[in-house]
Amino acid sequence: MRDASPAKTYALHIGVIALLFALNFVLPDYHQGLFARIMALAVFAMGYNLLFGYVGLLSLGHAMFFSAGLYGAGLTVYHLGWGVPEAFLAGVICGALLALVVGLLALRTSGVAFMIVTMMFAQVFYLLILYFAAWTGGDQGLVIQQASRVFSIGGASFDLTDPIVRYMSALSLFAIVLLVTLAVVRSRFGRVLVAIRENEERTKMLGYDTVANKLAAVVASGAICAASGAAYALLFGYVGSNFASIQYSILPLLWVLLGGAATTLGPLIGTLFMYYVTDITSGFTSAYLLIVGVALILLVLFAPKGIMGSIRQRWLGWLP
Amino acid sequence: MADKNGFFDLSKTTLSRRTALKGIAAGAGLALAPGFVRYSQAQSSAPIRIGFQSHRTGIGAAYGRWYEKTSAAAVKAINDAGGIAGRKVELVIEDDGTDPARGAEVVNKFAKQHKTDIVFGTLFSHVVIGSAPAAGENKIPYFVVSEGHHVASTKLNRYVFQPGITDVKSQIQSMAPWIAANAGKKVTQIFPDFAFGYDHRDYLPPALKAQGADVIAQIAIPPTESSFTKYFPQIPAETEVIYHVMVGPAVLTFVKELGEFYGSQRPQLFGFMDSLEATDINSPGLEFLDGSHFWEGSPRYAQPDDSAAQKAYRAAVGIDDNGAAVGDPKDVSTASHMFGCWETLYVVKKAMEDAGYKGPEDRAKLVEATEALKEFAEGPEHPQGPKTFNGKIHQCFGIQNISKVEGGKLKVVHKTKIEDGLYEPEGDYTTQAL
Repeated sequence: MRDASPAKTYALHIGVIALLFALNFVLPDYHQGLFARIMALAVFAMGYNLLFGYVGLLSLGHAMFFSAGLYGAGLTVYHLGWGVPEAFLAGVICGALLALVVGLLALRTSGVAFMIVTMMFAQVFYLLILYFAAWTGGDQGLVIQQASRVFSIGGASFDLTDPIVRYMSALSLFAIVLLVTLAVVRSRFGRVLVAIRENEERTKMLGYDTVANKLAAVVASGAICAASGAAYALLFGYVGSNFASIQYSILPLLWVLLGGAATTLGPLIGTLFMYYVTDITSGFTSAYLLIVGVALILLVLFAPKGIMGSIRQRWLGWLP
Repeated sequence: MADKNGFFDLSKTTLSRRTALKGIAAGAGLALAPGFVRYSQAQSSAPIRIGFQSHRTGIGAAYGRWYEKTSAAAVKAINDAGGIAGRKVELVIEDDGTDPARGAEVVNKFAKQHKTDIVFGTLFSHVVIGSAPAAGENKIPYFVVSEGHHVASTKLNRYVFQPGITDVKSQIQSMAPWIAANAGKKVTQIFPDFAFGYDHRDYLPPALKAQGADVIAQIAIPPTESSFTKYFPQIPAETEVIYHVMVGPAVLTFVKELGEFYGSQRPQLFGFMDSLEATDINSPGLEFLDGSHFWEGSPRYAQPDDSAAQKAYRAAVGIDDNGAAVGDPKDVSTASHMFGCWETLYVVKKAMEDAGYKGPEDRAKLVEATEALKEFAEGPEHPQGPKTFNGKIHQCFGIQNISKVEGGKLKVVHKTKIEDGLYEPEGDYTTQAL
């Protein structure tokens, strides 16, 4: 990766945010709603990418962090009647705490063992959701009523069921996480993470505490994924156990691989691509997952670094 | 993926004033295009478009296929008889993958892209619950055929209805008098350890208690379990009836192992047909069910006393006397549930005609007209039987069938009354704003 001037890099990212802002005014209704969902889930992918792309830790359990946020926010609204901002914070804190505990235990392993351990933790989390069905709604899930998704800040009222408010809320979260991620990967901490990915032993030899850095990355990744889950619950009004299933641990991996691991914009591109391939092809055939699979195989064959990764490799070496 | 045009390269994406103006002009042109004008002028005679949220893939695919067949047959029958208020009906089908997240997107797609008049047809409870917020936000009536208690619980919203199939709480409550009077007073329940099982776990004991019978043991089996023998010693020896509601691919193993455990000396068995929908009752391993009883929503096998309406319904949908597809005996239907699609579409027709429904601007009127419905008489539109409808909880109530497995077929031995399944409403949707 060649270094670019910070101005150029930040201009690109702010340009992407501005483009998404402008799309709110030109997209047809359905696509406006779909983009809101994609931006919320792209945050999930960005959280995953921080750990997978920059530290090289492949987790198969990130659904638990997403659903920790989902349930942390959803259950506090549903059972305790909390407001939207407090519930969102509760979701993020749940995800960060869970990531801290899981990280402390799972980081004793690496490679395939790390994948298996994270997957097992996620499975435990999933089964706990089913076990405490009286509180969580089990496999059927819970609906967060429209009235509970309205909040006010400084006298202004925001209704998250309103398409524009929802779009702008998803965009705000996306923009914050994108810029924070960009700042992190350009920071000293980010460089250490990449160094760990490239050669952990050498990084250790240079005097860095690799375990502490990896743990910090797990917690940051978990908190970002939880922010995505909390936003999803509050923006779309549904909390369900399927978001904690293995499928939702695999999906962010696919989004990141497709968009480009270790690229800041890759998670958005991957999520967008997968969503639209599914949405368009499902209108023509019930075998749409086959088409998604073929698209993934073609990408692996011809663009193994993902869309943004290939662009960086071939044309724009300065992309973060 | 070579991308020389920079399509995926967002760094090259700039929105100049000229480009923005072009985009706005194109959007305005599209909105004023002749096709849009023609549609709005011809709306009164344009087809009524019903968005069908189908489980084409995922765990609900077997149900989804039969729900589509039944709905297509009902739409044909409605159109052949003149449509709804003289307008043809058209089904617009989208696959929800039996997934709640995708389900919500599909509802949005119907409301905003396909611009259907209503959304219809969902079965699996988690998809209904996941999609309900989208229906409420889009203010689009959402007619489900799910049998879950979620609609009647009044935990969803005013736009969600279940007028064509009874809910599981009502079904369980209706079974209790027959079980207590005919099968036995000491009941052990075996159920899957997730929501479908919990409905039975929670609603059966009080219903049996009211009939002077008791649930003496409840055995929850994890959904991941593939062998069941280790659970059977938990069944108390004094058990007179085993009430089982296992679902999924493990059902065949469950029944086979239960048979091996008990041999010929077994308690009475009572189950729900949900366990064996789309499965041949004569499949190897199910011999042990001979002589046992099942709840059926609508009978799978043709019965000697079938009404003319029931016969016409079966012919229209294309199922033979054994409840399989005409011409393909191995393609067993989901008869206990799919009739709900047929009946729901006729409820939609009635409500739209009562409301004087013209288009999406009349959706609120359609909601109120549906809430005003009280009863549906047995006949070609409601071949399963008569029903009442509670507009406050958006749920219908009807008769249930209890069938005995005899000679590899299911014979209806008892029909419950509508009153057997009534319960106190848990809320009132009509107090919610439209």
